[in-house]
Amino acid sequence: MRHRSLMLKFLSAVIVFGSWEIAGRIPVSYAFPTFFESMSALVSLTLDGTIFTAYAETLKPLVVGLCISMVLGIGFGLWIGLSEKFDWLFSPIFIVMQAAPLAALIPLLVMVYGIGLTSKVFVVCIMAMPVIVLNTSGAVRNTPSSLKEMGRSFLASDYEIILKIIIPAASPIIFSGLRLGVSAGFIGAILSELKITPTGVGDIITYSRSIADYPSMYAAIFSIIVLAVLFLNLLEKVETHLFRGNVRGYVSD
Amino acid sequence: MDMSQIKDAVVPEVDVAVSVRGVSKNYGEVEALKNLSLDFPRGQLTSLLGPSGCGKTTLLKIIAGLLDATSGEVEVNGKIVTGPGPNRAFVFQDFALLPWASVLRNVAFGLELRGIARSERESIAEKYIKNVGLAGFEQSYPHELSGGMRQRVGLARALAVDAKVLLLDEPFSAVDEQTRRKFQEDLLALVQNENKTFIFVTHSIEEAVYVSDQIAILLPRPSRVSEIIRPSGFRDKPVDQIRRDPEYLDIVDKIWASLRNYVE
Repeated sequence: MRHRSLMLKFLSAVIVFGSWEIAGRIPVSYAFPTFFESMSALVSLTLDGTIFTAYAETLKPLVVGLCISMVLGIGFGLWIGLSEKFDWLFSPIFIVMQAAPLAALIPLLVMVYGIGLTSKVFVVCIMAMPVIVLNTSGAVRNTPSSLKEMGRSFLASDYEIILKIIIPAASPIIFSGLRLGVSAGFIGAILSELKITPTGVGDIITYSRSIADYPSMYAAIFSIIVLAVLFLNLLEKVETHLFRGNVRGYVSD
Repeated sequence: MDMSQIKDAVVPEVDVAVSVRGVSKNYGEVEALKNLSLDFPRGQLTSLLGPSGCGKTTLLKIIAGLLDATSGEVEVNGKIVTGPGPNRAFVFQDFALLPWASVLRNVAFGLELRGIARSERESIAEKYIKNVGLAGFEQSYPHELSGGMRQRVGLARALAVDAKVLLLDEPFSAVDEQTRRKFQEDLLALVQNENKTFIFVTHSIEEAVYVSDQIAILLPRPSRVSEIIRPSGFRDKPVDQIRRDPEYLDIVDKIWASLRNYVE
């Protein structure tokens, strides 16, 4: 069955890239290169090292922002989920953060924190953190009460109930929040490079567009998507490693 | 058989393991339990039987220390209950297994919380997994097991901590009829072989009569013990003879006669 799922993944890639190639050949727009043009642009960006220097720049706010969002996000989420008071106090902040039109707020961030790394980290955090916090707190609140009761009846301390029951029980939803948060963080990192100062991958995108080198532009966009997908897969590996029972799979597999 | 004989069966002088004295429980305005007193003889199985909403699970959770009584007290082996303790183990209606943990870890979970070293608790758990008939499933996960097997895991977990009092909250209500019959037979064997006191909540009259040494009939709103029945004639018979015993049939009918008015 593993073989079949690999086949399906391959088929899905062929369909997506094939339609990209066809759309580029028609062409749907002068500014839309074919798949192969974009890939060869990606190869040349890789060979002359541009893409590496670009990622060295882009990964800084991304990694810092994601680390902060994950640690603080899960921490806040646990706290909000466990305490009604903190729910009242903090939940609205994250709901507002999630709903806020970020692009419109960026000038404000720049005014306060300048055009450096801090502002970009903030953008990544604002994108990534709310969904992590809200998923975590919701999952913690919805821990089956019979599991908590079971823990108490077998003499678990409050600390053990949180560590051995609530967190593992919430972990599938915490991880789905992390996946959404990480994807949003990637968007945030690129958004900050397009809106604040063009550096890294954002710079490749902006610059190639300005000189109408569309294959390079799409190559840069493609590379960030690939990176995000790889990162999400890594996250899934971490989850399966930590909580093996979370993988329920399909009956037919 | 003479019906009055059952009714007037006197509780013989027995060693009491769990004693509930004058327990009341209010949820706001609602009186769930009112001044309820009941003794549970050591080494025997007592059923709490009654229509839904009669507070039998509430009573069981008060004995477990999971709920606080509004007034009154519960004594287990001479000690007043103030919370969950090592002398009681609970079997849950919905199994309450950790879905992310293997059968082995689930069964060993009570021991894990008591700080027993991994190798030791796993060897104890393996023994009880074998006892409940799940040998070979140690590394399986709960979602890979049937309902009946899951409850065997729940039972093994409760047995593994070696508590003197076993509290079972409608343990067989979520498993199918055939599995349930097998469970009931196994439970009888367990009461015989383990020197433990069993407190068993059920809403099935047949089940209560089949497995119990003592049946406490609880009537609702507010809940009180209306009657205590001690089947005497068929307890030592083989498991396949019990359901055709006249005393068994009489008691089942009698209980239904007293409960039918309370069933909506």
